[in-house]
Amino acid sequence: MGLNIIVLAKQVPDTRNVGKDAMKADGTVNRAALSAIFNPEDLNALEQALSLKSRYKDSEVTILTMGPGRAADIIREGFYRGADKGYLLTDRAFAGSDTLATSYAISRAIMKMKKVDLIIAGRQAIDGDTAQVGPQVAEKLGLPQVTYAEEVLSAEKNKIVVKRRLERGVETVEAPLPAVITVNSSAPACRPRNAKLVMKFKHAKTITERQNQSEDYIDLTADRPYLNIEEWSVNDIDADTEWLGLSGSPTKVKKIENVVFQAKEAKLLSATDKEMDELMKELIANHTIG
Amino acid sequence: MANFFTDNSDLKFHLTHPLMKKIVALRERDFVDKDKFDYAPIDFEDAMDSYEKVLEIVGEISGDIVAPNAEGVDQQGPKIVNNEVIYADGTQENLEALVEAGLMGITLPRKYKGLNFPIVPYIMAADIVSRADAGFVNIWGLQDCAETINEFGDDDQKKRFLPRICDGETAAMDLTEPDAGSDLQAAMLKATYNEKEGKWYLNGVKRFITNGDAHISLILARSEEGTQDGRGLSMFIYDRGNKAVKIRRLENKMGIKGSPTCELVFKNAPAELVGSRRLGLIKYVMALMNGARLGIGAQSVGVSEAAYREAIEYAREREQFGKPIIQFPAVYEMLAVMKAKLDASRSLLYETARYVDLYKTYTAISEERKLEPEERKEMKTYQRLADYFTPLLKGLASEYSNQLAYDAVQIHGGSGFMKDYPVERIYRDARITSIYEGTTQLQVVAAIRGVTTGGYLNRIRDFEAMDIKPELHGYRRTLIVMTEEYEKAAKNVMDVNEPEYIDYHARRLVEMAGNIIMGYLLLHDTERDNNFRASAEVFIKRGKADNHAKAAFIFNSSIDDLGYYKLN
Repeated sequence: MGLNIIVLAKQVPDTRNVGKDAMKADGTVNRAALSAIFNPEDLNALEQALSLKSRYKDSEVTILTMGPGRAADIIREGFYRGADKGYLLTDRAFAGSDTLATSYAISRAIMKMKKVDLIIAGRQAIDGDTAQVGPQVAEKLGLPQVTYAEEVLSAEKNKIVVKRRLERGVETVEAPLPAVITVNSSAPACRPRNAKLVMKFKHAKTITERQNQSEDYIDLTADRPYLNIEEWSVNDIDADTEWLGLSGSPTKVKKIENVVFQAKEAKLLSATDKEMDELMKELIANHTIG
Repeated sequence: MANFFTDNSDLKFHLTHPLMKKIVALRERDFVDKDKFDYAPIDFEDAMDSYEKVLEIVGEISGDIVAPNAEGVDQQGPKIVNNEVIYADGTQENLEALVEAGLMGITLPRKYKGLNFPIVPYIMAADIVSRADAGFVNIWGLQDCAETINEFGDDDQKKRFLPRICDGETAAMDLTEPDAGSDLQAAMLKATYNEKEGKWYLNGVKRFITNGDAHISLILARSEEGTQDGRGLSMFIYDRGNKAVKIRRLENKMGIKGSPTCELVFKNAPAELVGSRRLGLIKYVMALMNGARLGIGAQSVGVSEAAYREAIEYAREREQFGKPIIQFPAVYEMLAVMKAKLDASRSLLYETARYVDLYKTYTAISEERKLEPEERKEMKTYQRLADYFTPLLKGLASEYSNQLAYDAVQIHGGSGFMKDYPVERIYRDARITSIYEGTTQLQVVAAIRGVTTGGYLNRIRDFEAMDIKPELHGYRRTLIVMTEEYEKAAKNVMDVNEPEYIDYHARRLVEMAGNIIMGYLLLHDTERDNNFRASAEVFIKRGKADNHAKAAFIFNSSIDDLGYYKLN
């Protein structure tokens, strides 16, 4: 029996690669100076979904993302790796949403979709680091949630078995389906883009993108309906605009400070190759070196 | 987070050569596949965009997975367990990533699940992967063997074997034997036909077989009993599923240590004949080797790229006498010469790949329909050019990669001699490029025909006639003077009318032609992109001096000199 899996993914500024101009004078993120990427833990989530799809025949993976028009990139990136469908939630009314308003919009969108078995998201996005949207979506949909997931071991007989990676160990839990899972970065990395899928889906566009194309653009969507990326606005998800955007967001930024790190933190390592290796990988990953 | 395609603008420059328009149109038969396959291009721009996007995947996997694995693979290497070759962990991870990304069977037709890319982007992928790990490219690059099945196998064989390669199975070409290395016509592995079963069986030993435990192997074997030369050899396909080959040992090599080099014993191994009997060596292996030599050209250029990058990075960082060593003439000259050789050999690589692309595609089209007289003429022209340029490329690019690796170690000083820096591995990996798939000496034997028949000279004349900007005319004047000198030197040697004397000067003459040809290629690159100006300047000026010395040597020698060189 196939599973209908929704992957929640977000386009984020690449905060791992910050230069001098990453912050504006007023202390907000200078998005123009940072490249927009697929939120790393959402890629871990996508891999879990794709791995389930290959294990359970007739499963379908749908990417759901909310953001400006260019966030359609996230859906294409999902297609390139094996996702089947994608929805872009985009509307002026969403602008300025905090996690409460975002999870409201996302849960409304999921309610619009037919049968959903599993919702998988990254633990948190690297721009906000809140780790709230996944759990809030679960609450709004009244679904069980499994956080800090590292691997979905099985999804059979309306039940999932998930390995969780916690601070002091590993825990294996069960939950009834449908459920929401949020995935850690310790989960397996996402598979690479596939050459044939890239060539097949590179022309996938939202209607807005098609309208903004130059004259010589060849629109193939008439013959190839899979190239249409669904674009949903507030009206498509029957949402109340009061609960969206700034009006739906109780989180207010009170003050922003520039923090300069000082060399105070210490980390003790044993003199083993393994720990040295891990430290090097950590330093390379957070761009301290390399 | 490195991407070995996007971080090197020279690759895109060569990918977008004007001749690509023709190559793509022919390869795609005017885009007939677009309604049959959802991943086929709809027009030229779409195809080029696809090549670029796929090369970005290759670049990402090379930068993020293959390159970081290279050191571990070099240390761990493959091993034999229960008569199976087990790759190093990193090798396995690299291979899985490339298979997952659908990067096997890049040049095969779509009906066999291939990507139907021309040779140029495929060779570019090999160039990129080689920069990350020269040893790994051997395993991945053996998908070339599928190209040979596609060219010479029957429909049934193509249908059975090619999709398996596209799905990620690996290949090998089993040619060398203990007593048949450079001289392949001495191959003795025996193929016997069992009339009753209607099947071929192989018995004998193969040695130095890269990836010898591949899923699908092409084998050169003696099918005609009592024969001694190349005309008694045929080509066979062996499927590993038959479990009739013993892997006797893995060689302990100087470099490319991740690539398993096997000694194989065939014991009544069932095999299928490819094409016709007796054409194994004289037709099929020649085609296979030409493809493989182009691949070694790519590997050599990739190694040169890696060596150059390591060297310049170190030279910028390393300070002595109060400043970075790159500021000393002795060091910056070395780097400029390295860059010039790198650019020259890469330009020769893609020029050759374009010739191969055009003639191979015309050949494939000629099997679908009759070629127009004009097309037939073009096919012949490009085939001849491919024949002249392939050994020139393989010979010179592999020697350059060794020179670059040597200089890269030298720039690192004592540190370069230690295993702490990648140049030490690069130096060892480079060494094989001028040996396997035919040594440089054998490439010269093939390339000298380009000198004696005037093949190189004709192409040089074409290059001379091409339009260039006025400010580059000075370089062309230098190249014209070099050409006159080369012509005289070649005539001087050929007038003696003694094959041994031609062989004696062959490498000198081939290198002289190479200097002029690569000089023109860099000049034309500069015409399209001024970034190549420094390399053109450095390469042509050095080429002129080098050719002058070689010509002086030739004018000063006579057939009587050979006696002094013959040591017994």
